[in-house]
Amino acid sequence: MADTQHGPSGDISYDGPPDYRAVGRHGVYPETSHDEIARFNFLAQMNRHLSTKLMPGVSEAFETRIEPKRETAYETRHQVRKDLVKDPLFQWWSALRRATMENRQQAGRWVTLRQAEALNAKVHELTDGDPRLKLDPDFTLPRGVCAIDHHCMPGSYHFENTPGDITGPANYDAGIFATTGGMLGRFNDGGGVAVAEWVKKNLGADFKPKRILDLGAGLGHNVLPLAEAFPNAEIIAVDAAGPMLRYGLARAKTMGIENVTFIQGDVASLSQFEDESFDWVQSTMFLHETSYKTMPMIFAETQRLLKPGGIVLHVEQPQYSQDMPLFEQAMRDWDAFYNNEPFWTKMHEIDLDDWMVKAGFAKDDLIHGGVAAIVDPDIFPSAAEDTEQEDYGRKAAWHVIGARKSA
Amino acid sequence: MSDIDPLKLAGAKAKGKRPWFFEDADVERVMNITLALMQEVAVVRERLDTVERLLERDGAVTREAIESYTPSKSEADERGLMMQEYIARCLRILQQDREALTRGKEASSEEVADEFARTD
Repeated sequence: MADTQHGPSGDISYDGPPDYRAVGRHGVYPETSHDEIARFNFLAQMNRHLSTKLMPGVSEAFETRIEPKRETAYETRHQVRKDLVKDPLFQWWSALRRATMENRQQAGRWVTLRQAEALNAKVHELTDGDPRLKLDPDFTLPRGVCAIDHHCMPGSYHFENTPGDITGPANYDAGIFATTGGMLGRFNDGGGVAVAEWVKKNLGADFKPKRILDLGAGLGHNVLPLAEAFPNAEIIAVDAAGPMLRYGLARAKTMGIENVTFIQGDVASLSQFEDESFDWVQSTMFLHETSYKTMPMIFAETQRLLKPGGIVLHVEQPQYSQDMPLFEQAMRDWDAFYNNEPFWTKMHEIDLDDWMVKAGFAKDDLIHGGVAAIVDPDIFPSAAEDTEQEDYGRKAAWHVIGARKSA
Repeated sequence: MSDIDPLKLAGAKAKGKRPWFFEDADVERVMNITLALMQEVAVVRERLDTVERLLERDGAVTREAIESYTPSKSEADERGLMMQEYIARCLRILQQDREALTRGKEASSEEVADEFARTD
């Protein structure tokens, strides 16, 4: 790399992640040194290289030397995957992708753990006694949350090194830039911004929600854009993980967003809320963190909680339909098997329409759509315009499945 | 003092059995260490770039100036391009594996040598 000189780079134009310093710094964002930033920059570039330069080779290997060797046609995506894992190019891409994720976790954890005391104190000060944080000291974590550490994040969403520790969510917040190459925008909220715009465009000006429930809100990065789009609405963000909620409230407050209440709860059983008490129930990239047992319960709770005429929207990566090639399905399963997202694979084969109907929504009332992260295009890469990078399962473009409850 | 030990905890293992992709796990361990070193060289290179730019701009450099340095859009693009070039250089062998895939069967130099030595 010593060959690269300062100044204009000849005819080569740059297409890639922005410098990490473009991320939005809210009031509880961890401090980052020059070298910690450089590490995130490298990791973002590495992920971009893997998805644009190496992953297409996996598809080429499948076409030229894996599928031709097969004597009978593939019937399932699992058969495809079992052949893929024997191929050297798949092995190298996968080993590098897994290692890059582990390095990203270490990089982000170092940043937040070295300043744990200061971060935890700051969040405590912002949230202590605030009625908009409702934690349940007797809460039992659902198995879906604690069976395995999601996306190789030690401690997953819920672990506290000391009481009140929020270094887990701070790490999630500070490092997701590296995983997505900046695709989610300054405040990792490109998905939420897209949902808010989609609703305004598709549900019309007469949809004025007074009360919105966000399921599996995490640290709230996807729900804050809804709170900003509907500033007069009361927003309830529910999650199982206490640290996420604590950090989420502090983060929202320092961003000047005051209409969100963060409540610890199990989204499969929300008896603390009355029937027909919400105009809008939202989940964004959350269903894949649940299970076959809990999803019908979540859908049924949603049906119960919605006011007549209210809407539910679930934002997820696309389902594995019959039209999706088995190779693509197998590649989309990568995060399920190799990045600790265990429910990802089974969740994506569900007929979501059918499950929604079983939960009590009328077939004619179902809603379908698609959204791509909305970011500041002068600084951040736009998923909608990015045709070079598919990055199965990680691209910042999603499907919307939902319903309007019959009035 | 905090009872959190960042050095120990930063690299902690995530819960769940780790998948290994290579037949020989030691190859994957060496690859992991090499990738970490590749990352750390990238960090040093970005720091050196910052130092050079500060020297050009101010004629002097302090650690404080390094920490607060923010590249302009065009400077960030240059650094991004430098990093892409660096990664492509380090992972060159995999690029060539990929190219070999779509080339079909190629003769080795040994085979071509035999062909060129024929007089019949």
